[in-house]
Amino acid sequence: MLHAALLILSLAAPPSTQDAVAPAEERQRETVAFVGARLVPIAGPEIESGVLVVQDGVISNLGAVDSTPIPASAIVRDVTGMVILPGLVDTHSHVGGGWAADSSAPIQPEVRLLDSVNVRDAGFQRAQAGGITTANVMPGSGHLMSGQTVYLKLRDGGVVDELVIRLDDGRIAGGMKMANGTNSRREPPFPGTRGKSAALVRTRFVEAQAYQRKLAEAEAGKEPDRDLALEALVEVLERKRIVHHHTHRHDDILTVLRLAEEFGFEVVLHHVSDAWKVADEIAAAGVGSSIIVIDSPGGKLEARDVTFENGAALERVGAPVAFHTDDWITDSRLFLRSAALAVRAGMSRAKALEGLTLAPAKMLGLGDRIGSLEVGKDADFVLLDGDPLSTYTKVRETWVEGLRVFDRSDERDRLWAVGGRGAGREGNDPCCCIGEKQ
Amino acid sequence: MKRSMLLALAALATVSAPGSAQDVAVRGKIVHTMAGAPIQGGVVVVQGGKITAVGAAVDVVIPDGMRTLDAAVVTPGLIDAHSVVGLAGWLNADHDSDESDTSAPIQPELRAIDAYNPREPLVEYLRGYGVTTLHTGHAPTSVVSGQTMIVKTRGDTVAEAVIVPFAMVAATLGEDAVRDDEVPGTRAKAVALLRGELLRARGYMNKKEAGGDQAPDPDLRLDALERVLRGEVPLLVTAQRTIDILTALRVAEEFGFRVVLDGAAEVYDVLEPVQAAGVPILLHPTMARASGERENLSMETAAKLDAEGVLFALQGGYEAYVPKTRVVLFEAALAASYGLPFERALASISIDAARILGIDDRVGSLEVGKDGDLALYDADPFEYTSHCIGVVIEGEVVSETAR
Repeated sequence: MLHAALLILSLAAPPSTQDAVAPAEERQRETVAFVGARLVPIAGPEIESGVLVVQDGVISNLGAVDSTPIPASAIVRDVTGMVILPGLVDTHSHVGGGWAADSSAPIQPEVRLLDSVNVRDAGFQRAQAGGITTANVMPGSGHLMSGQTVYLKLRDGGVVDELVIRLDDGRIAGGMKMANGTNSRREPPFPGTRGKSAALVRTRFVEAQAYQRKLAEAEAGKEPDRDLALEALVEVLERKRIVHHHTHRHDDILTVLRLAEEFGFEVVLHHVSDAWKVADEIAAAGVGSSIIVIDSPGGKLEARDVTFENGAALERVGAPVAFHTDDWITDSRLFLRSAALAVRAGMSRAKALEGLTLAPAKMLGLGDRIGSLEVGKDADFVLLDGDPLSTYTKVRETWVEGLRVFDRSDERDRLWAVGGRGAGREGNDPCCCIGEKQ
Repeated sequence: MKRSMLLALAALATVSAPGSAQDVAVRGKIVHTMAGAPIQGGVVVVQGGKITAVGAAVDVVIPDGMRTLDAAVVTPGLIDAHSVVGLAGWLNADHDSDESDTSAPIQPELRAIDAYNPREPLVEYLRGYGVTTLHTGHAPTSVVSGQTMIVKTRGDTVAEAVIVPFAMVAATLGEDAVRDDEVPGTRAKAVALLRGELLRARGYMNKKEAGGDQAPDPDLRLDALERVLRGEVPLLVTAQRTIDILTALRVAEEFGFRVVLDGAAEVYDVLEPVQAAGVPILLHPTMARASGERENLSMETAAKLDAEGVLFALQGGYEAYVPKTRVVLFEAALAASYGLPFERALASISIDAARILGIDDRVGSLEVGKDGDLALYDADPFEYTSHCIGVVIEGEVVSETAR
């Protein structure tokens, strides 16, 4: 009701630009050409003065200004002087304040963050303000396995269903959160040692292997009873659900690699504070690392040796590197900064930018859909007013699937980007106008 | 022992030979002295730990044989205007967490010098980014949590590090000082406790002055508050919400002591009374988490304070988890990105911080007679991808690793 009233109000206002007031469904169908920006496609060389054409929510064309035709039907946006990056992909976020596993057991693969995340939390607006278009929203690290993560597109939406990503088989995209080291060591039934931690995980995966065999061997109609936990673990064993594994200390990192090899699951290492100590082993395992860049080391013993140099150390040995915010550990609005600080410590500019976009997209198994500016990929991108690695650069606009979800020139969006009175409030409250903010 | 040696050396400054551990010259393509316009192609000469010359390269002669460092950009050694580093350590474990004792709500007798670990790795970490002076002490976790101190980021003992052993008394208003099922359990109760203790301190002070039969037994707690009431040290009041900021001003007016406002996330909504009271601000880190009492913080507050002419400094702040310290260089950089002019951002972590801390006669700018504390950079210090390439404290080169 309120939304309808606001929509009428917004339609009554004189349009300032052609694309300012059209309802979302119509806008999605509009073709927009962004002309004159420096394009950083990640998948190819930078284009000094380029054209990016967006149609039906996907990228329909891109190239140099003098060689890229602009469809007659396109709305033309002159974005000379801007830089366009693919939408940033955050492999590890806690926006929305969701919790999955409870304190009843250390391994709870059946629990889904999907059922807990609050997409109206202001954290989502801040993430959009930071240029993040896809986030792996995860439960915490206080369990060996704290539940299923959910990959969300940061579309404007009031319910989680509007933000989920559907895979070709209809499943909702997401991973499995695991952890080792000290966070998951607690009073029973939680493990008291690292050895016990690994034993509990192995025991559960052996059970899942047995369940998987029964499923495969059962005659039609005689399948074993459904078991939500084992079903989820079978998805992990069949590499249909990537494990996102919190791990800090060098020996814990190697334990993750050992378990992944034993059970054949696909894994991404997260945080990886000691990556620089075991970079060769990580590279040999062919496993991706999603690293955190934090302003000072420590906070706990196992994160004592975390360093800005982890990105460079992994790049040197050819291991894939992505960054993550771990929001609220670091601020989604400043996600670009993580890559810039890695460059400060020796990482190449190209690999650092890839670590915000295509590398994390691949670590979520979404590399064919997002993470680079390529024809046919989702029209997720960011307009910046300067070099992506400069302190002075701001995100001007964030677009998800051809729709603008953040516009720094919009007063409400600016509040989320900068802060101020009311910035901590839920983004979708009825006093506001998130659905109509363009 | 070492301290007296340093003093002796300082006394010999004018006659010390070039090549002494406290002599160094620094050349910068740009030297931000924070005392006048930046010098293009500048030189700073430090002898016996003190600055003996600052100026354009053409005007300043570097003594023969003096060790000379080069940098693209030279600034004063940075000042972190409020920290808990040294009391709080990087491991966040029981054995290195001495910033907060919550056994009683008001404990001004807790001295920072009795809890500061000069060998804490975070001290060296901050120094690597150019921080040479640290205002550190008890954390904002109780109504009055203890004392603060000012150190240089060097030395193996607190005596070698300290420059002001008792800088301020740290007080906190708002939710961080209030706990369920404890006293105080509400904001109003917290303020009543504080006022009650200040009244006792005033009575104690009056009796001391009267002397004779009136003279009270020594009381460490009231001694510390007496120094606040006498204006010898300010009350550092951490307050984020507007109501708590205004409470700080109200209590300060009632008792007539000096206040330094800390945190001040919502100060933009009460600038007028803050300005009228002439209270300086140690503003929250630009990148402080916008949650809890700081949910309404703005990354543009520093720019706004500057535009309104309010004296403020930036700080590394206090985090209960990670990062265990923020780096003021990065905080000032973000403030500059969010509208604070470059030189003003630099001032907020150098000369303006020194002014608020009352140590601007000694540090905060590159001027003859001041401590030879410098930070060297290979490019714009605020750019994420620049490096701090050298740090000098009182003429001693304490870091040469690019960070």
